[in-house]
Amino acid sequence: MHVSPEAHLANVAHGLGVFYIALALMNSIAALYVWQRLKQTGTAIALTAFVALLAMVAAAAMGGMPPEMPAGVKAVINNLSGPVTYTLGTTVLLVVLFVGRKFFSQPLVAWAMLNASLVLMGLSMADSNFFSIVGKPDNVPIVAMIFLVGYFTWLATYRAVQNDERDKQGLPPLEAMEDEKEKVLVWPDLVYTELICMVALTAILMIWAILLQAPLEEPASAVKTPNPSKAPWYFLGLQEMLVYYDPWWAGVVLPSMVIGGLILIPFLDYNKKGNGYYTIAQRPFSYLVFQIGFLDLWITLIVLGTFLRGPNWNFFGPYEFWDSHKVEALNNINLSDIFWIKVMGQGLPTAPTGAGAMMKLWYILQREWLGFVLVIGYLVALPPLMAATVFRSMFVKMGFIRYMLMSNLLLLMIALPLKMVLRWSFNLKYIISIPEYFLNF
Amino acid sequence: MSIGETIRNSQAWKSVFRHPMPVDRRNRIVVVLTNFFLHLHPVSIKKQGIALSYTWCMGGVTFFLFLVETVTGVLLMFYYRPTLEWAFQDITALRDVASLGIMRELHRWAAHAMVITVWLHMYRVFLTGSYKPPREFNWVVGVILLLLTLLLSFTGYLLPWDQLAIWAITVGSNMARATPILGHEGPGAKLLEIGGINMITNASDARFGLLGARFVGEETLNRFYVLHCIAIPLVVSLLLAIHFWRVRKDGGISGPL
Ligand code: HEM
Repeated sequence: MHVSPEAHLANVAHGLGVFYIALALMNSIAALYVWQRLKQTGTAIALTAFVALLAMVAAAAMGGMPPEMPAGVKAVINNLSGPVTYTLGTTVLLVVLFVGRKFFSQPLVAWAMLNASLVLMGLSMADSNFFSIVGKPDNVPIVAMIFLVGYFTWLATYRAVQNDERDKQGLPPLEAMEDEKEKVLVWPDLVYTELICMVALTAILMIWAILLQAPLEEPASAVKTPNPSKAPWYFLGLQEMLVYYDPWWAGVVLPSMVIGGLILIPFLDYNKKGNGYYTIAQRPFSYLVFQIGFLDLWITLIVLGTFLRGPNWNFFGPYEFWDSHKVEALNNINLSDIFWIKVMGQGLPTAPTGAGAMMKLWYILQREWLGFVLVIGYLVALPPLMAATVFRSMFVKMGFIRYMLMSNLLLLMIALPLKMVLRWSFNLKYIISIPEYFLNF
Repeated sequence: MSIGETIRNSQAWKSVFRHPMPVDRRNRIVVVLTNFFLHLHPVSIKKQGIALSYTWCMGGVTFFLFLVETVTGVLLMFYYRPTLEWAFQDITALRDVASLGIMRELHRWAAHAMVITVWLHMYRVFLTGSYKPPREFNWVVGVILLLLTLLLSFTGYLLPWDQLAIWAITVGSNMARATPILGHEGPGAKLLEIGGINMITNASDARFGLLGARFVGEETLNRFYVLHCIAIPLVVSLLLAIHFWRVRKDGGISGPL
């Protein structure tokens, strides 16, 4: 069901008006706070001007004309976006935020970023294609998740930056200040906090449940396959990995390794510092590894799989219509094809007809030898090499078993972005491809 | 005597609450020690342990959402029959006929929220380094809770028996076909060939064990229903008890030494 852009605008105008009014209220409270408490008159005036602008926008929206993203900008964004730009873009963004964390975690800067993302959201919601995906009832929690993850990442970074600064000056972390160490009684301090939390949460859930009806589609039918067929949203990162990996790896081995790797964290991280307070500088390695896994792979891929993957799992820009007839050329080739056909200029080694099992296996090994060498080299040769060089002190402190576990888990995690890059640059499908035994890697 | 006082002096009240109102220090301590629900908590706690900016209250929120799921889930079970004939119809009736028709909404949105808050809780525990000694074991319990939370959500996703449900579960469970050795399209499945007879087929592999059939059908609905309403919640409850117990035994909420 596709509504015309005009009909869509009329549908969302009122809701967007409320949204901009809420945004204006939020910013006027901020302006008051900045003026009264922080005594920053200049900033307060800027915020007030922003509130006035929002009020006008809200009025326009209420009047049926919510501002829209200019068509030209939408087209540029749609054309630019693709798996490559999306993945690289989010990674670059995270790196910039991390490197500049001292600047970006300042409350006012963070506030500006929040406002910017909310305004972007409001402008985009006026687009019917964007709305039809983001506004799906089951996708609403993911929008909430993006903002919650963003907020809490900011909060943790803000505190870590302060603690790291204090550490430099020889001060204990904020969490160890005298009044923080002071003991309070659970009744009333904790019990009342819990009560208030429960009441607030109940209210939020009730409002959410009343406003948004749970989705219910047509009754199940084993013959009508929807396109796209998607797993529940929290597994969409895994489904996205199917683009790059065979199911046995993306769907079984890697998820098990995520769980196993999480379980192993306390036993692999030998760093005693950073226990019980926020810090980055005192534990940079574990912090970065975790964030690559959590923010840059898990969360980012879920967002990609949910919002940007349409029919046939094709990539669609945020303002693009999900056209099930869109065709994307699939010309991915295996490493063995590249080696034997392109480089050596001959056919793949194939066992003669009627050959025995061992003979066939021998030919398969011959065909895939380069892949085997690369994979085994990556997993077996690289860890000792790193132990002798970059991870030298780590190896000494961790001992053989812990070091091998850590380095292999790390390499397997990094293999995902590596595989992505290989796909984008060489159309590489599988490094090892043995469909005879369902063993593709 | 006011009514309140009369009630509080009655034998019935005193049989439940064995101390005066928690208005002074002594009785505020006693209330936590003698109340079954409150004694999960210590009597006093470091200020930092209850600071929202430190714990984000995400473990507590996750637990609360679990309770919401339990209550709304029981109410939904009153109406819902896990059979091909009735499942979808009962869900429609829940929306159109049952009074208090937002139970399904509450249950679904709280479930989504719980997945998010459990991730955020893990995120906070990681960022404060709270998995470090002596809390390694509780982190491990937590990871299993995280996995079970996802499985709870996954098994529940099938129950409405609409297109969204069966295809999401189909896509999700298709991966099990490719389980190494135990999936009929997985690497190594041929290793279990005995005398030319393949042991791992689409009617005996890991996916079959999960679905109870070769495709998502009535057996699957029944299996997921039992997992969703009984098996997983029981295990989660047990692990939660251990989790909370260990938070206290490991010295309360973490903090700098
Ligand atoms: C159903 C899911 C879970 C529930 C209901 C739950 C509940 C809680 C609660 C109420 C606390 C007290 C402190 C707080 O609120 O932060 C806590 C602490 C803790 N949780 Fe969880 N949790 C769950 C899952 C997890 C997961 C997934 C992990 C880690 C992977 C985890 C690891 C821990 C650890 C290590 C502590 C101690 C933290 C400290 O002392 O600072 N939990 N949990």
